[in-house]
Amino acid sequence: MSGRDVVSLLPMLMVAGGAVATMLVAGFWRRHRLAQRVTVVGLALGFVSVLWIDSETPRHVTTLLVIDRFALLFMGLLTAASFTIAVLSTGYWDRKGGRVEEFYVLLQVAALGGMVLAASRHLVSFFLGLELLTVPLYPLIAYSRAEDRSIEAGVKYLVLAAGSAAILLFGMALLYAEAGTLEFGRLGGGLAPAGLALILVGVGFKLGVAPFHLWVPDVYEGAPAPVTALIATVSKGAMFAVLLRFLQMTGMTPSLEAALGVIAIASMALGNVSALLQDNVKRLLGYSSIAHLGYLLVALLAGGIDVAAYYLLAYFATVLGAFGVVMALSGRDRDADDLADYRGLYWRQPGAALVLVASFLSLAGLPITGGFLAKVFVVVSGLRSGLWMLVAALAVTSAVGVFYYLRVIVTVFRKVEEAPPSPRLSRAAGAVLGIVMGLLVWLGVWPEPFQRIMVSAAGALR
Amino acid sequence: MVVILGALLLGGLLAWVAERWGEVWPRGVALMALAIAAASSLVPSWRGEVAWPWIPRLGVGFHLAVDGLSLLLVWLALFLGFVSVVVSWREIKERVGLFHFNLLWVLAGVIGVFLAADLMLFYLFWELMLIPMAFLILVWGYGDRVRSALKFFIFTQASGLAMLVSIVALAVFHARTTGRLSFDLMELQGTPLSQGAARWVMFGFVAAFAVKLPAVPVHTWLPDAHTDAPTAGSVVLAGLLLKTGAYGLLRFVVPLFPQAAAEAAPILMGVGVAGILYGAVVAFAQTDFKRLVAYTSVAHMGFVLLGIFALNPMARQGAVLQMIAHGISTPALFIIAGALQARLHTRDLREMGGLWAVAPRMGAVALFFIVATLGLPGLGNFVAEFLTLAGTFQMRAWMAAVAAAGVVGAAIYALSLMQRSFHGPHREGLVMSDLSVREVVVLGVMMAVLVGLGLVPQPVLDLAGGAHVGP
Repeated sequence: MSGRDVVSLLPMLMVAGGAVATMLVAGFWRRHRLAQRVTVVGLALGFVSVLWIDSETPRHVTTLLVIDRFALLFMGLLTAASFTIAVLSTGYWDRKGGRVEEFYVLLQVAALGGMVLAASRHLVSFFLGLELLTVPLYPLIAYSRAEDRSIEAGVKYLVLAAGSAAILLFGMALLYAEAGTLEFGRLGGGLAPAGLALILVGVGFKLGVAPFHLWVPDVYEGAPAPVTALIATVSKGAMFAVLLRFLQMTGMTPSLEAALGVIAIASMALGNVSALLQDNVKRLLGYSSIAHLGYLLVALLAGGIDVAAYYLLAYFATVLGAFGVVMALSGRDRDADDLADYRGLYWRQPGAALVLVASFLSLAGLPITGGFLAKVFVVVSGLRSGLWMLVAALAVTSAVGVFYYLRVIVTVFRKVEEAPPSPRLSRAAGAVLGIVMGLLVWLGVWPEPFQRIMVSAAGALR
Repeated sequence: MVVILGALLLGGLLAWVAERWGEVWPRGVALMALAIAAASSLVPSWRGEVAWPWIPRLGVGFHLAVDGLSLLLVWLALFLGFVSVVVSWREIKERVGLFHFNLLWVLAGVIGVFLAADLMLFYLFWELMLIPMAFLILVWGYGDRVRSALKFFIFTQASGLAMLVSIVALAVFHARTTGRLSFDLMELQGTPLSQGAARWVMFGFVAAFAVKLPAVPVHTWLPDAHTDAPTAGSVVLAGLLLKTGAYGLLRFVVPLFPQAAAEAAPILMGVGVAGILYGAVVAFAQTDFKRLVAYTSVAHMGFVLLGIFALNPMARQGAVLQMIAHGISTPALFIIAGALQARLHTRDLREMGGLWAVAPRMGAVALFFIVATLGLPGLGNFVAEFLTLAGTFQMRAWMAAVAAAGVVGAAIYALSLMQRSFHGPHREGLVMSDLSVREVVVLGVMMAVLVGLGLVPQPVLDLAGGAHVGP
């Protein structure tokens, strides 16, 4: 490994170093703020080094990793999302009390796992990244030890994730038996269907698409809000990135296309319909994420890598805005996940309410938010590739989806006589939420600069 | 034109912020924004075409263009904007800033729809006006407003998604023949489509426009939304939002799919006639002042649909004139309904009667607009209906005959509305103040416009006539 290789690994090294530093610091001084600062600095350095690295030529670091524009784009996204979560969750953990330093360590390890996935071009680094991402999630989901729901969700995730990882590993073994190599690029077109199917099951589980979605609502509801945000962004985004690269390098087969098409339609329909009468906001966002992953699969099937990346960026901003508000309103004993907690929020906290409304408008795909243009792009790329069925399903199911997103917005604007007390936003959290909302509007109004980044990143895969 | 949109959008934001300085500020800011927009719409040199790249990768441009038809509707929008601000001066007491923000953004969305010459930009504005409109109903409305707002929103949003798919499909078909993706209306005109494709693509457009219009089977959101909206909301809804549906049919469906439109014309004319009759019959059965007026809208927009798909110049002129005349007369009736509600705290016609005795001015004004609604010669609505029926008669005589029966129906429901509210024996204890100067001025201007349309319709027809094929 040469010096230049080390340089191109800087983003990962920064985040990994941040995780170790946080652990050491927390070992000596158990102070929440200190651990949080070290984390924020580590993630910020990771993000800055992503911008700083020369991305002109893809750089193969061993056979396992490749640092190209695509990998750097997703590393940037993942570090930015983790950074946002670290800043927004501070007030949340302050109110919860107890020992919270480990949260930050695990957050960074999970982010590192996601970054490995984004740069993976080999089944070994695929599995390594996956485990690095998944293992921290077990304790994270069960982090609120005093709450039954949290523990239940953690155990549920542990069992299912371990099972799906085993299935994935078996699929990889089958591919290896067939091709005699573990590199994506040399696996070739004629992949063993059984192996591919098993890999698809493992990936589908992590993405939480139907029919592998059963854990999603329970885990979204049970996990503490910052962890749910982490699953919704880092975990699913990194998994989608590796799926994009894997399919791009191994090539699509008609049967795989058909399977993914069925999964996409099932996810869009099931996610949107199940969310309809949901009164728990975290659960609702869980079902909605199933539907959104379905939309993303439409972009993937249409071959629109840049479209999928744009959609993910908009979705990241949207989900972070929504969960940022959930975190900001959650109190000591429970998360603010009941719809009733948001009744008349606009009249109490206009700022937080506006962020929430912008996020939900974006989820519903309404202008002038990123979700609107992202959905338009998916429709355009879908129809250009002639995916009429999928686009029709997308239109019908998202029309259904409008109802439950709007229901939340309506609740926010309801008038209430007696407002339940809610914590105030800290200045840092308010600033970050403001930036997220600004990004959301920017993505919905002036997409050109971001599109350029996405297209050049997608070019790295071709 | 950018100035119009900019003034309204920025004015909306400013009005929202201005709330903290006092209740009058947002109203003043809104009036200022409207004045700037109106002034810039009157300067001919500012009406030039604007075409900036917006999303170049998809061939989407920020392309605004104006012709006679759009100019007329922009003026109508700005006029009703002034009316809305003035009529809500007393009605809206809380969250004044947010109210005016929503009002101005609805207007911006509507005007954007009238000006957009790029289909994706058109879709953006089409969706943009929904949210603030739903909010107007939701926050400042009456009755079961949450349900009404949601119903309105879901009807329009679902049909809007069908239109999105159609817009993109059209652009994709165009790209297959020319190799270049574009959403520009001028470029998309004349895209060769197979018969089946044209039918499907047109269906998406028609679905969205028919819901907005509203045409009969998909009109059910309208009475609820109208009834529960605040007065200004009803004014904007009846005066402008319904017109966006008609405008879409005129601007997009007929020029983009001439063949498919001709094929579908008999069906759509039939739907129009059904709307005329159904609206009239159901309106007669209503006991709620606002709901009754809402159903008359269904009937009137039936005339518009009929006139557009008669596909001859005379009927088309009738449809355009009907859009303008209905855009004045129906909002005026909603203002009277709002005035009655503010004074009597009810809109139930069974509790009214003999109001002329206590409020003669209001009675006279109401009589004027009610006879305008039923199409009295000398007023704009008459000219519009006459042209529509005469044009239709040339194409399909029997449809014109059936539709003419709707005019009789209009006379019945309109006069019964007058009779039940302002005539008849005066009920004990039913006292109220007459129209204030503010209301008289607003309604007086609207009366003048209607009389003008009725006596000298030619300038309007000339202006709109120039808009035969696209912008």
